[in-house]
Amino acid sequence: MKLWKRASLAAGAVLVAGAALSAQGIINGAGATFPNPIYQKWFAEYNKLHGDVRINYQPVGSGGGIQQVSKRTVFFGATDGPMTNEQLLAADGKLLHFPTVLGGVVPIFNVPEVKSELKFTGPLLADIFLGKVTKWNDPAIAKVNAGVQLPASDIVVVHRSEGSGTTYIFADFLAKVSPEWKSKVGVNNALNWPAGIGSKGSDGVTGQVKSTPGAIGYTELTYALTNKIAFGAVENKAGKFVKASTDSVTAAAAAAATKMPADFRVSITNAEGDAAYPIASFTWLLLYESPADKAQAKSMVGFMNWALTDGQKFAPEMGYAPLPKAVVDLELKALEKIKTQ
Amino acid sequence: MPRSRIAVRPDEVLFRVGTGIFASILVVGVLAIGFELYRQSRLSIHEFGWQFWQTDTWDPVSGQFGARPFIWGTLYSSILAIVISTPIALGIAIYISELAPAWLSTPLVFLTELLAAIPSIVYGLWGVFVLVPAVRQLQAATPAALKSLPFFTGPPLGIGMLSAALILAIMIIPFSSSIAREVLRAVPQAQREGAYALGATRWEAIRMALFYARTGIVGAVMLGFGRALGETMAVTMVIGNTPRISWSLFAPQHTMSAVIANEFSEATSDLYLHSLIEIGLVLFVITLIINVISRLFIWSMGRQRRTRPRAEPVLKAAA
Repeated sequence: MKLWKRASLAAGAVLVAGAALSAQGIINGAGATFPNPIYQKWFAEYNKLHGDVRINYQPVGSGGGIQQVSKRTVFFGATDGPMTNEQLLAADGKLLHFPTVLGGVVPIFNVPEVKSELKFTGPLLADIFLGKVTKWNDPAIAKVNAGVQLPASDIVVVHRSEGSGTTYIFADFLAKVSPEWKSKVGVNNALNWPAGIGSKGSDGVTGQVKSTPGAIGYTELTYALTNKIAFGAVENKAGKFVKASTDSVTAAAAAAATKMPADFRVSITNAEGDAAYPIASFTWLLLYESPADKAQAKSMVGFMNWALTDGQKFAPEMGYAPLPKAVVDLELKALEKIKTQ
Repeated sequence: MPRSRIAVRPDEVLFRVGTGIFASILVVGVLAIGFELYRQSRLSIHEFGWQFWQTDTWDPVSGQFGARPFIWGTLYSSILAIVISTPIALGIAIYISELAPAWLSTPLVFLTELLAAIPSIVYGLWGVFVLVPAVRQLQAATPAALKSLPFFTGPPLGIGMLSAALILAIMIIPFSSSIAREVLRAVPQAQREGAYALGATRWEAIRMALFYARTGIVGAVMLGFGRALGETMAVTMVIGNTPRISWSLFAPQHTMSAVIANEFSEATSDLYLHSLIEIGLVLFVITLIINVISRLFIWSMGRQRRTRPRAEPVLKAAA
């Protein structure tokens, strides 16, 4: 009896403590899958520092994130491609974009006969994915890969079957370097692909390329590194062939930082600078300028301040490129616009 | 009004009303699904009308959506799967119910039913790692003379219609074969004995049993077909997800359920989302039509039989 009483007392105390802890509730967010690993890491690390701030993130995809935040069913959204003007107008209030980290997209390939590294120019990648270059020993490939023995095998194009921020970034780059891509295919999360086969998810594309001789695909740098699959260097705007790395991706952002628009909706594919990797992009968090719940707004701004500064150190080890300092400074200023009271 | 012969007792009423409610839940549910699919796809229905069924373009960038390649892929893969699976499923059913000794038939039943319990994603993984490379080698070994036929054009990718049809066939075999087996078991022993008494061989007696059970067997095949139409995960992993109509078994194609599963989460514009839901509506309508056709087919077979004096419509329930 006594034990029972004590147990119920203890349970009551825990409940009361729990209620005090979650006075402001859990902050809910939803959106892009690509930054999900680092977001989860950030939320966990920040929770260690600030036990009262608990953030729950659902990686439902950029499209779903935009829709949910537009209807205010979640506190914040996240997307790999910036929202369009129409989408911003459709939202229930003014939404702000905040770049959080950077990612690079790399062309991965599986040509068993080729042991050395392959190089690609932008127009060449466009022609391959348009289905115009169909053999590995095509003169266009041989031209930029002098000295490499190329086989006469078919090129098997592998792309994402579902809508994806990765596709958006890749198509955005191809549209900038190939007029034909721009007019025939365009830029979006999901495309009307002129060639190839679709595989679901980054793992799907990586697995497909790995298991199909003669395949070429594209995936985030992180996936290429963890799956130990060969990826090519890509020619940047300055005419240099650059291999993707967290450094070369950050370099692309640094080049763009000088011309950063006030709302941070900027494409940094095909960026200037000798060291810049050309297929790179920010990933954004979406916050309302005037959130309904001011207590949550205050916590979220606190979190963002940490993520953009101290939090950046987690990026490279997880395969993301950290933001250049110039961009962080601009964002910290923009965060002040959010009304927390 | 003459009162019913059974006195109206409260528990009788309760029973009648209760089961009636449960039965109507299903009808209301189907109607509600149909209505909701229509409501959520009205933007694209309004925008494209009947063109949606006839257009080959699926272009999220310019907002042009047509369902034809997906309808084609779904029907083509399911029909191929039926063609492949029916003889095998029937063979299994006949062997188990008519020929196998008891010590063998029990584990065989258990094993075929085990196949039905494997999750679709596991089939998909097996497809990617085992079936697709095997199909690729088969395709690479296709003689040049065959390659000029429209069924065998294209490079040997492994991924494509043939892999999808094969995996679907394997997945629906347990369904068709267990129903067909039960239907064959329901054939009265007197029928078989009668056949033997008339001097029939074993094969002739089995043929008689098959004829007797034909509506049920058609029902078993249609059940498999229905399952093939809606199968998503395993198919999307091996079919290549490319909305392009082709007769070629080597060509990567797409199905209705696969495109919904793939593109739903990242459908950013309203028209795109509504078009995807309209694909769901199209699938719903097509499944309904196929069900009605198979019902009519089974019904007409039952009618033919009723005109014969000795046959009984025992198997209608099984169908």
